[in-house]
Amino acid sequence: MRQGNKAVAGGGKTEFAGREKRMFHLMMLPGMIMLFLFVFVPLFGSLMAFQNYVPAKGIFGSKWVGFDNFKFIFSLPDSRQVFVNTLVIAFAKLIFNIIVPVTFAILLNEITVSICKKFFQTVVYLPHFLSWVVLATVVTNMFSLSGPFNSVLTTFGGDAVQFLADNNWFRKVIVATDVWKEFGYNSVVYLAALTGIDLGLYEAASIDGANRFEQTLHITLPSLLPTIILMTALNLGNILNAGFDQVFNLYNPIVYETGDIIDTYVYRIGMVERQYSIGTAVGLFKSIISFLLIMGANKGAKKLTGSGIF
Amino acid sequence: MTKKVNYKKLFFKAIVWAVVIILTLSCLLPLINMLAISLSGSDAVAANEVGFIPKDFTVVTYKKLLEDSQFWKSFLISVERVILGLLINMFFTVSMAYPLSKSKKRFPAREVYIKFVIFAMLFSGGIIPLFMVVSNLHLTNTIWALVLPGAVPVFNVILLINFFKGVPESLDEAARIDGASPIEILVKIYLPVSLPALATVALFSIVNHWNDYFSGLIYMSKSAMYPLQTYIQQLTVDITQVTDAEQLKQMASMNNRTFNATKIVVSTIPLLVIYPFLQKYFVSGMVIGAVKE
Repeated sequence: MRQGNKAVAGGGKTEFAGREKRMFHLMMLPGMIMLFLFVFVPLFGSLMAFQNYVPAKGIFGSKWVGFDNFKFIFSLPDSRQVFVNTLVIAFAKLIFNIIVPVTFAILLNEITVSICKKFFQTVVYLPHFLSWVVLATVVTNMFSLSGPFNSVLTTFGGDAVQFLADNNWFRKVIVATDVWKEFGYNSVVYLAALTGIDLGLYEAASIDGANRFEQTLHITLPSLLPTIILMTALNLGNILNAGFDQVFNLYNPIVYETGDIIDTYVYRIGMVERQYSIGTAVGLFKSIISFLLIMGANKGAKKLTGSGIF
Repeated sequence: MTKKVNYKKLFFKAIVWAVVIILTLSCLLPLINMLAISLSGSDAVAANEVGFIPKDFTVVTYKKLLEDSQFWKSFLISVERVILGLLINMFFTVSMAYPLSKSKKRFPAREVYIKFVIFAMLFSGGIIPLFMVVSNLHLTNTIWALVLPGAVPVFNVILLINFFKGVPESLDEAARIDGASPIEILVKIYLPVSLPALATVALFSIVNHWNDYFSGLIYMSKSAMYPLQTYIQQLTVDITQVTDAEQLKQMASMNNRTFNATKIVVSTIPLLVIYPFLQKYFVSGMVIGAVKE
């Protein structure tokens, strides 16, 4: 009797498992179709980087040219400039998007009046959620000839500067405004890490006579280090993403020399000038390097801190 | 001696507050300036007399905006796109995250699927091939071009996988013994306990759809079809066509600045409305997201 029951229950179990697996496949299907259409088909389409693509002939009819497009790109002084711009801007962003949020998190953590703390957080998280389209206008306003920055400059006897149309300034403005937009949001992970620090460490340190600054240096920073390393490693994979939306909405031909980045370049060549093969080749080059960097960074992060993103 | 230490402490505190307040103001004041410009007379704006308080206070641009049919058309396209995009995103996020959150034992094919999904997140063919796919599917100039290419928000899927993984399996087993079907387990057990995570991904998806201007720019050939952000981007686009500094100077002093500021302020209102919810959920979202897949 007992045994019979068990068999029935066992049968129900495998039946359930089978039904569940079928349902799981069914649930995956629509999403996989979408990914296939909008990720994997375009991936196949990027083969046109190796063609002299003519829209009328399509990808099957166009002539294959091997690596000619890539050779052409690397022979252009423009592309080298674009590559350098991308790296410089992205690297500067990487550094300052660590330093500023970490500093901000440490300082904010010192503020114990919780209503004020909450208010500060509410305000600094806000720019992250606003689009670069909107913020570009705000930034243009701030850096215009008659804007506050130039007012300060001229008050102290300096000459007004066209920050967004000056190759000496454009990159600096790009990096500074990106940090401005994101430092609040980026500080969230560090704030979370700060709450995890054992308060006993600070007590012990203050008994030993360490002041606040020394405590920050010897307790807070080392405790944040794993998070900092993880974030750096993850962002390192993004080193070829200098921020299309931001640059695209702030740049102009005067500052192409210092501000044009890979993504804006691809957009202009491919979408505006309709040189599909060249544009795709630049994009593909970037995708491959980025992919390798992300994989490497993830591996590095796993090795260093025991956790990666995937 | 003790007094000296107290002064030191006080000084330290003062510096901390000062820096935090300056950084906070740096985020707040530029936005307030925008609001003040939108509420000021255009002469005062052109003369750059507007700081953080409106000068020659007027709501004339807001009245003008009410009659601007193109603006509201774009506004509606954005609303429509957010709703449609949100539904589509949520459908795909849940339907993919649930099976992928199961153990290898319960869903052996998971290992293959997850590799595809992660690859899709990390590698892209670039905008040109994607544009060609979208146009070959005849989606350009339709709302579908704005919502289908990003139908599967892979980052959100991974976030929800991590959340589902944290749901105790005992709940699941109890329901199975009670004879619940697989779909019932998802709907009656997993979804209700995952509301915070679902709210997080929903909010991310709303913000993404509301803020995106680029798909409108490349997939819509008629400006009448632009979503709001693309419409606003086009207001300032002339700046990228400028070739010399003199022109740029003129552009900046044109007196449609007040009107543009008004459009920007109004376009931001929907985000400000959901911002309290956003703030409540995104921190937890980031924490869930930080857990490895």
